Amino acid sequence: MSETLVKDKKSSILLNSEPIVKYRDVTKSFGDVHVLKGINLDIHPGEKIAVIGPSGSGKTTIIRMLMTLEEPSSGDIIVNGTNLWKMDKKGLSIRANEKHLRDVRGDIGMVFQHFNLFPHMTILENCMSAPIHVKKENKEEVRERSIKMLDRVGLGDKLEFYPSQLSGGQKQRVAMARALVMRPKIMLFDEVTSALDPELVGEVLEVIRDIAKNDDMAMVLVTHEMDFALDVADKVLFLDQGVIAEQGAARDVLEHTENERVQAFLKRFRRG
Amino acid sequence: MNAIIEILPQLLRGLQITVSVLLASAIIAYIVAFIAGLARASKNTILNKIAGVYIEIFRGTSLIVQLFWLYYAIPMLFGIQLGSNWWTGVIAIGLNYGAYLAEVVRGSILAVDKGQTEASIALNMSSYQRMRLIILPQAVRMMLPEVGNYTIQMMKATSLVSLIGMRDILYYGDIMRSTNLAQAPLVYVVVLLMYFILALPFIWLTRKGETLSKKGVASQ
Amino acid sequence: MSSNFRWETFVEAFPLVLQGLGLTVGLTFACFGFALLFGFVWIFLRRIPNKPIVWICTWVMEFIRSTPPLVQLFFLYYAWPVVPVVGVTLEPFTCAVLGIGIHYSTYIGEIYRSGIEGVDKGQWEASTALNFSNADKWKKIILPQAIPPTIPMLGNYFIIMFKEVPLASVIGVGGILFMANSYGASHFAYLEPLTIVGIIFLALSYPSSILIRKLEVKMNTRFDKNAVLSKSKMKTIQGMNLEGSDRIV
Repeated sequence: MSETLVKDKKSSILLNSEPIVKYRDVTKSFGDVHVLKGINLDIHPGEKIAVIGPSGSGKTTIIRMLMTLEEPSSGDIIVNGTNLWKMDKKGLSIRANEKHLRDVRGDIGMVFQHFNLFPHMTILENCMSAPIHVKKENKEEVRERSIKMLDRVGLGDKLEFYPSQLSGGQKQRVAMARALVMRPKIMLFDEVTSALDPELVGEVLEVIRDIAKNDDMAMVLVTHEMDFALDVADKVLFLDQGVIAEQGAARDVLEHTENERVQAFLKRFRRG
Repeated sequence: MNAIIEILPQLLRGLQITVSVLLASAIIAYIVAFIAGLARASKNTILNKIAGVYIEIFRGTSLIVQLFWLYYAIPMLFGIQLGSNWWTGVIAIGLNYGAYLAEVVRGSILAVDKGQTEASIALNMSSYQRMRLIILPQAVRMMLPEVGNYTIQMMKATSLVSLIGMRDILYYGDIMRSTNLAQAPLVYVVVLLMYFILALPFIWLTRKGETLSKKGVASQ
Repeated sequence: MSSNFRWETFVEAFPLVLQGLGLTVGLTFACFGFALLFGFVWIFLRRIPNKPIVWICTWVMEFIRSTPPLVQLFFLYYAWPVVPVVGVTLEPFTCAVLGIGIHYSTYIGEIYRSGIEGVDKGQWEASTALNFSNADKWKKIILPQAIPPTIPMLGNYFIIMFKEVPLASVIGVGGILFMANSYGASHFAYLEPLTIVGIIFLALSYPSSILIRKLEVKMNTRFDKNAVLSKSKMKTIQGMNLEGSDRIV
């Protein structure tokens, strides 16, 4: 009980700060399919948000647009006060070029459903490549930090292993270390446990829980793990047919909701 | 056996031309294939089209025609003498197989799993860094068996330069055949064996490449 | 020799070069047909349950495939007639069909093999369970499933052989390249007739390769996607897998 109180207190403080990310009337269509129909969402520094909802509801698309993997059809995504997908050119607002995207997305990191580790690099090299080449950081410093990070996710003894030598759960933990070494202010998790064998889910959730408790970055988790969402998230979004159908404190949405769609969805999940 | 001892040194005189044409045309083919293949895989429509025209022209006509055509066309159209037929052979073989290998390069680049690009975007890599650090190292591994195969094809193709007067293995074989027809079967068998021995390392490389190409690669 | 490309020469040479087209196309069909048949010989030989025979056969195929067809043509044309006992003089056309046909049969044989290996193992077991004779097993069950998926790849080899056939001009078979060269020799103008040859090849092989690509897509939807021999699968075919060769079904 006291822990929940602390968390609620923490999130109320967070809400007073300026949002680090703002979605304004964001839509996305693939051809005739309207995946997202007007998303408005604020992400505050340090806030942990879980996104739930039936498959095909557009959950993943929300975070993929923030990671610049998908371009919105309309609307704005503002990161640190800068429009992500649009830039100014001689007073005109035009489509962002790669340089602009790179400048703005630097604070964002992402972990994928299928890990997407680089198979030709050892797991240490996986962690080191981006800080060295993208951020031009000192190699020795990056190395030290990477080892520390891999240690933290429990893989400190496998630095020279290649991804193909690891289990799915281990791969996903490397993927998280790789993202963390870049010191993002926002971390996106795209159904990170759904490609894993059931017995490996726990070890990955444990690492995320650890990050959520001890790091002050904002986190957006697209997930099917309801109990986990309840435990980790400050806020839960329920996405249905391309709109945010319900949102609020985790406990309110997951345990006391009046929304019938949410109830039906949760019932189906809890049973399984 | 005595006959072979007599034949072999004669044929070996042509080895230098065969090997040098192979090496030079292979280098040209690899470089051209790399550039054209990257252009084909890029989103730049102009580069893509230019590379496409080059590939279709060289794959759509046969090497022996290209060889003869260049043999007459280079001095005539450009008013330059390449100095030797060696260059004509090397350019013809290099450009022809460069076109085939360009498709291999393109195919391998496109075969790298899309998740690899997404992960490197998530790490904020530039498109150049993505290609150099993530996509190409994996694509090159995938190419290896086909590169081995096409290098064997190039080795076979070097025999065509004897038709434009280069003194390669086949050229000396033909000379020996015309001076002593009774020896012809043995001469050509030895010629074939020499080509086969040249092919062996590439046959081995192709096999090795096949196992290697499956490692360290995320393919779609 | 003319010092520049001249359109008059081009126009004049065109009908003459074109006269060779019938022979070039005919030779392509003959070589391809022979390679199709001879490809079965390799398959047959490599299914003999005798390891040394299979081993020898595999290396002979590798030898033929890895050495220049030009030398093989010369061997058949110049050397074969003087080989003791078996040697006979061959007509240039026959020589070209044998030389190019056998060379490419080693590739075609590999295509057949992957087609046969692509047939589900259960099909063999089922046809045994139904007590088919060995011949019927092949004729009625295995080959009807093994061959159709290979058709696009065989089509590709038809185009490859079409472009290889001008090689026969070196032993005097009068296709388009031969015609162009003889026009060149008599008029001291090579560039124009050779350009014509290039254009003819391009005009015929480019549309055919598009056709093959379409066929490949069609086959992909009709058959199990994995059974169709895509280009990527050809990797293993061209770099023939010796280790797998002693597999006898």
